[in-house]
Amino acid sequence: MDTSYSPEEQAFKQEVTDWFETNLTPDLIAAAEAGADLGGAITLEQAVGWSKKLAAKGWTAPSWPKAYGGPGWSATQLYIFNSVRAELGAPAPFSMGVAMLGPALMKFGTPEQKEKYLPQILSSEDWWCQGYSEPGAGSDLASLKLAAVSDGDDYVLNGSKIWTTSAHHANRMFCLVRTNADGKKQEGISFILLDMDSPGLDIRPIISIDGEHHLNQVFFDDVRVPKANLIGEEGQGWTVAKYLLTHERSSISGVAEATANIKRIRRIACEHGYEDDLQMQLKIASADLELTALKYTESRMLSGLESGQVPGAESSMLKIKGTELQQDIAELRVDMAGHYAYPWQDAAEVRPFDFRWATQVYNFGRAATIYGGSTEVQYGVLAKMVLGL
Amino acid sequence: MDLSFSEEQLLIKESVEKFIEKDYDFETRNKLSETEERFSRENWKQFAELGWLGVTLPEEFGGFSGGPTETMLMMEAFGAGMLLEPYTSSVVMSGNLINIGASSAQKKALLPPLIEGDLLLVTAFAETQPQYNPVSVSVQAQKQGDNYVINGEKVVILDAPSADKLIVSARTSGKTTDPSGISLFLVDANAAGVELTSYNTMDGGRAANINFNNVSVSASDLLGTEGEGHDVLSRAIELTTAALCAHAVGMMRSAYEATLEYIKTREQFGVPIGKFQVLQHRMVDMYMNLEQARSMVYMVSIDVTSDDALTRQKAVSGAKAYVGKCARLVAQGSVQIHGGVGMTEELDVGHYFRNLTLFCNTLGSTDFHLKRYAELTK
Repeated sequence: MDTSYSPEEQAFKQEVTDWFETNLTPDLIAAAEAGADLGGAITLEQAVGWSKKLAAKGWTAPSWPKAYGGPGWSATQLYIFNSVRAELGAPAPFSMGVAMLGPALMKFGTPEQKEKYLPQILSSEDWWCQGYSEPGAGSDLASLKLAAVSDGDDYVLNGSKIWTTSAHHANRMFCLVRTNADGKKQEGISFILLDMDSPGLDIRPIISIDGEHHLNQVFFDDVRVPKANLIGEEGQGWTVAKYLLTHERSSISGVAEATANIKRIRRIACEHGYEDDLQMQLKIASADLELTALKYTESRMLSGLESGQVPGAESSMLKIKGTELQQDIAELRVDMAGHYAYPWQDAAEVRPFDFRWATQVYNFGRAATIYGGSTEVQYGVLAKMVLGL
Repeated sequence: MDLSFSEEQLLIKESVEKFIEKDYDFETRNKLSETEERFSRENWKQFAELGWLGVTLPEEFGGFSGGPTETMLMMEAFGAGMLLEPYTSSVVMSGNLINIGASSAQKKALLPPLIEGDLLLVTAFAETQPQYNPVSVSVQAQKQGDNYVINGEKVVILDAPSADKLIVSARTSGKTTDPSGISLFLVDANAAGVELTSYNTMDGGRAANINFNNVSVSASDLLGTEGEGHDVLSRAIELTTAALCAHAVGMMRSAYEATLEYIKTREQFGVPIGKFQVLQHRMVDMYMNLEQARSMVYMVSIDVTSDDALTRQKAVSGAKAYVGKCARLVAQGSVQIHGGVGMTEELDVGHYFRNLTLFCNTLGSTDFHLKRYAELTK
């Protein structure tokens, strides 16, 4: 066992640090210090600008292999990159194309599909959103109903998707549709890609408890999608979705962000009068220890992956623990904000800078244990797949 | 982060696991805890022959020069068996203490017999106050000519009734809670004036309160420098705390596995109780606490070797606090899910519960270490 970096890894860390220090803009750093993200303190223009800078450097998709235009980094390099990125206050990739669709395309896409979509993810020309949940299909995702009826070379889509994050920013959607209503419900699901400007597609905002617009409901009224946009075979959508979800779960632990955020919480505690508040310090210490445990658990799982294993159901644990930690950290900031939790929206300026986005981030952060398979669903997955119950 | 093990490390792990599985099942252990010494000298001899008593001690004295990683792997395996033999007291705590703080002449005299299984060493630092504080030393050692004369009392010294020699912390100067002025002495357990009151302990072992009445030791029995015993003691305690965390994970794993097996077979309302979601989720909590605790043990096993004192202290307190919290959850959950039978002396689960409770009360409670971690990191 060894946690030290080799000279090459140290040089790599320096390279990454130098690049971020040169290229990060004060507005992004400030947003990170305030604990805010896209939809909150960061505008779409800022996000796009940053993504293009990353694209020019070839770092849009740090986890991708060289063959698909990624940097092909080792797990350690990726870990270093993410740690430095988060600590210096650069946002994680905004697009769902990088962490979610990309890996699924690499595994299940045709050569034409890979060639068409992967470079556009890398260049940040395409912004992807995810069409999974429906009004009647949340935790029970497989009961989704959005109908895709075959008509010549196209499918015709009718129905709706809900909780679609950033649908109003995205130009494309990867989507689960029902191509067969008979038989086992998982077997009638297909995975398809579509353009957000398709005729018959309507996006309506849903304002969430942070008072912001991240979420949408998307309505499909005879939306035509070419069959060539299917990923995998018709009826194979559940397999593709599960693969993608496992990737999402393992990238969701957020260790890099949490490390940077605990550091910020410690600074805030000192600067706002909580340095000698034993109860607050104990809560920070507890969150810090959860982070340490999660960091090592993730490393233990990843070292299994490097020896060729597939991320399995164990990754559900990373999702559960990672999102709980993320919420605990947001809660600490709100706890420390005291009466500054009151000023709302236009009055945000009344709050000290460190608390400007505290309630928004805390409020919207409740979503973390709901999306991507709720915590309770993950418990079910672990009970069944890992514990054999 | 490389969290893999070398082939040698895995071989040690497997050999200890095999021993516990084959020769140290729950019944065998129970029989041992009914004998006078409450452990087996034969086993101890066998440990020596297998090289287990010297795994982390220097090669020049007959050891293998391993480190906390080897200790971690062995201790987790020992935990599954709830080992009664004084491995922690004699090898981990006292062996490390000698190796860190003794002169080369003392090492030469003590380590080879310790490694060969002919010398049982026990370190006595705890005193009457229940709150953990190794700095609080009221036992006095007064210099008289070439000798020191020791007076005072140490309490709940585990494995002391079987010890050949004791390592005793005593004050040569300063007030009761001064970190400086603490010295460490090697005292023969049979020396005149050493009076042991021995008793049984909840984990099936033996312990003693020890009175020192004008116990005279020679200056050559002083370990390290007079008045500077605290640093040496602290280093040994750090290594021992890390080892005990691994031991606790071994016990947690066994309690968890027994409980998982139980809910798959125990039927109520016409189905195995593992079909009930409320029990499934509680089991998942136990699983996650076990795995997270193990991760913390990896962390501390790496960081406890650091040259930086703050890194070591943070790692040790962080691990002890976190593993303690997880240990409670797994221990209490195991008894609860077993129901009535979990309450019985007969079942191993209750013994894991007891021993995990004791782990939380050893070398500083969960609260003590969480507070210390908070102070070290704020």
